[in-house]
Amino acid sequence: MIKLENISKSFGDKQVLNNISSVFEKGKTNLIIGQSGSGKTVLLKSIIGLHQIDEGNIYYDNREFSRMSEKKKKDIRKEIGMVFQGGALFDSATVEENVGFPLEMFTDMSDEEKKERVNFCLSKVNLENVNHLYPAEISGGMQKRVAIARAISLNPKYLFCDEPNSGLDPRTAIVIDQLIKELTVEFNMTTVINTHDMNSVIEIGDKILYIYKGEKWWEGTNDEILYTDNKELNDFIFASDLMRKFKKSQL
Amino acid sequence: MNLFYHIGKYALLMKRVFTKPEKRNIFFRLFIREIEMLGVNSLGIVIIISVFMGAVITLQTAYNIESPLIPTYLVGLTARDSMILEFSSTIVGLILAGKVGSNIASEIGTMRISEQIDALEIMGVNSANYLILPKITAAVFINPFLNIISIFVGIIGGYLATIFTFAIPPDQYIEGIHYAFIPFYVTYSIVKTILFAFVITSVPAYHGYYATGGALEVGRSSTRAVVYSSILILLINVITTQLMLA
Ligand SMILES: Nc1ncnc2c1ncn2[C@@H]1O[C@H](COP(=O)(O)OP(=O)(O)OP(=O)(O)O)[C@@H](O)[C@H]1O
Ligand SMILES: [Mg+2]
Repeated sequence: MIKLENISKSFGDKQVLNNISSVFEKGKTNLIIGQSGSGKTVLLKSIIGLHQIDEGNIYYDNREFSRMSEKKKKDIRKEIGMVFQGGALFDSATVEENVGFPLEMFTDMSDEEKKERVNFCLSKVNLENVNHLYPAEISGGMQKRVAIARAISLNPKYLFCDEPNSGLDPRTAIVIDQLIKELTVEFNMTTVINTHDMNSVIEIGDKILYIYKGEKWWEGTNDEILYTDNKELNDFIFASDLMRKFKKSQL
Repeated sequence: MNLFYHIGKYALLMKRVFTKPEKRNIFFRLFIREIEMLGVNSLGIVIIISVFMGAVITLQTAYNIESPLIPTYLVGLTARDSMILEFSSTIVGLILAGKVGSNIASEIGTMRISEQIDALEIMGVNSANYLILPKITAAVFINPFLNIISIFVGIIGGYLATIFTFAIPPDQYIEGIHYAFIPFYVTYSIVKTILFAFVITSVPAYHGYYATGGALEVGRSSTRAVVYSSILILLINVITTQLMLA
C-alpha cells in the first residue's frame, strides 16, 4: 500500500502539484489520469523520489519515504519496479541483459539461476526467442513488454508504469493492460499507472485518481466514473463521441 | 557566477562518481570495455597523427636551420623533445577530447533524455558511479600508454622523413634523438596525459549527465563538452608546465 499525504511540488514559481492525498491499495491497479501537462509524470516521479517534493509525506507500507536518508531510500527502491514512458531500456544491452540487469546488480544468483529468472519474466510478458536482440531490433510493443519484464525481475512490491500503452495499437494496448493487471494480482503488487487511455480506465481502473491542473479533482472506481457529475472529469472522459455512446449504453 | 555554479555541480557529481562500485566484478567488466572503447579504439588515430607530426617537425626544423654553425643532429633532438613535451600529450589530448569527449557526452546524454539514467536510479543504482567511473579510470589508466606509443611513433615518423627526403642524414637524426635526453620530460608528459585523461572523460560526462531536452540538446551538449574540455586542457597545460618545468 502506498499513501500520499498532502503532496505539493513546484518548479521555480510554477506550482505543478497542489496538496494531493490518496491511497493506493495492494493487489490493485491504481490509475492516475489527467490531461497532458496536468502533472501525472511529475506525481509519479515524486512518489518514487526522482523529484524531491516540497511538502507532504509518502508512505510505502507505513515507511515514510520522502525524508528518508539516501541509503534507506535505496533499500525501498529495490522493492520498486518502474516502466518508463519510453521504455528506457539500455540500448547497449540485449533484451536478456536488460531484464537480467537488476539481478546482476543486486543478487548473488548464479548464471543459471539468472537465466532461468530472466526467461520466467520474459515468458510472463509473452516474449520468446528475443533474448539476444537489442532494443533497437524489436518493435515498440515488444520494448514495452521487455521494460515490464525488467521491472518485475526482482519481484517488486510496487510497480509504476508511466503511460505503458501510449503509442501502441489498440489491440496491443489492451494486451499490455491485461498483462499488468494479471501480474498485479498474481504477485500482489501495489501498481500505479499513468494513463490517458480511456480503454484502460474502463478495463483495469480498480482505482482512479483524476488530476486537474495539479490538483486531485476526483477519485473513485471504473464503475463510479461513468456516473460522475464532476464537470471537468466528464469533459475529459467523454470527450469523444465513442465514449459518450458507451456511457449511454451503460446507463 | 554561472561558472561557479557549474564548478560546484561538477564537484558534486564527481563526489557521487568516486564511491565504491556496487559490485566489483561488474565494475571490472565495464572498466575493461572502456579500455577497449577509449584506448584501443583511439590507437589508430593516435598513430596516424603522431607519424605525420613527427615527420613534419623534423622537416620544418631541418629546413629552418640555415646557419652552418648549428649541428644537424639537433633536428633529431628537436623532434624528440617536441613530441615528448607537447605533441604526444597536449595535441593528442586535444584530438582525443574531440573523439572521446563527444562520444561520452552523447552516449550519457542520450541515456539521460531517454530516461535510462532515471531507470538506473530507480533500481537503486548510483548511476553516476556506474556510468562515469569506468570511463575516467580506464582513460587515466590507458592514456599514458597511448602517450608513450605516440612519442615512439612520432620519432619514427621523423626518421622516415629523413630517409625519404634526406633533409638531414638519417644517422645524424638518430644521433640527435640520443643526445641530451632528459628523462624528467617523459614524467612531465605522462603527468599531463593523466590530467588530460581525467578532463576529457569527466567534463563530457558532466555535460551528458545533465543534458535536458531532446536529441538536438544532446548534440549541443556534446559540442560544449568538447569546447570546454579543450579549453581546460590548454589551461592545465600552462599550469603544469609552469609548475613542473620552471
Ligand atoms: N523538470 C521540470 N522542470 C520544470 N517544469 C517541469 C518539469 N517537469 C515537468 N514540468 C512541468 O510540469 C507540468 C506537468 O508535467 P507532466 O510531465 O507531469 O505532465 P503529464 O501530465 O505527465 O503530461 P503528459 O500526459 O503529456 O505526459 C508541465 O507543465 C511541465 O512543463
Ligand atoms: Mg507524462
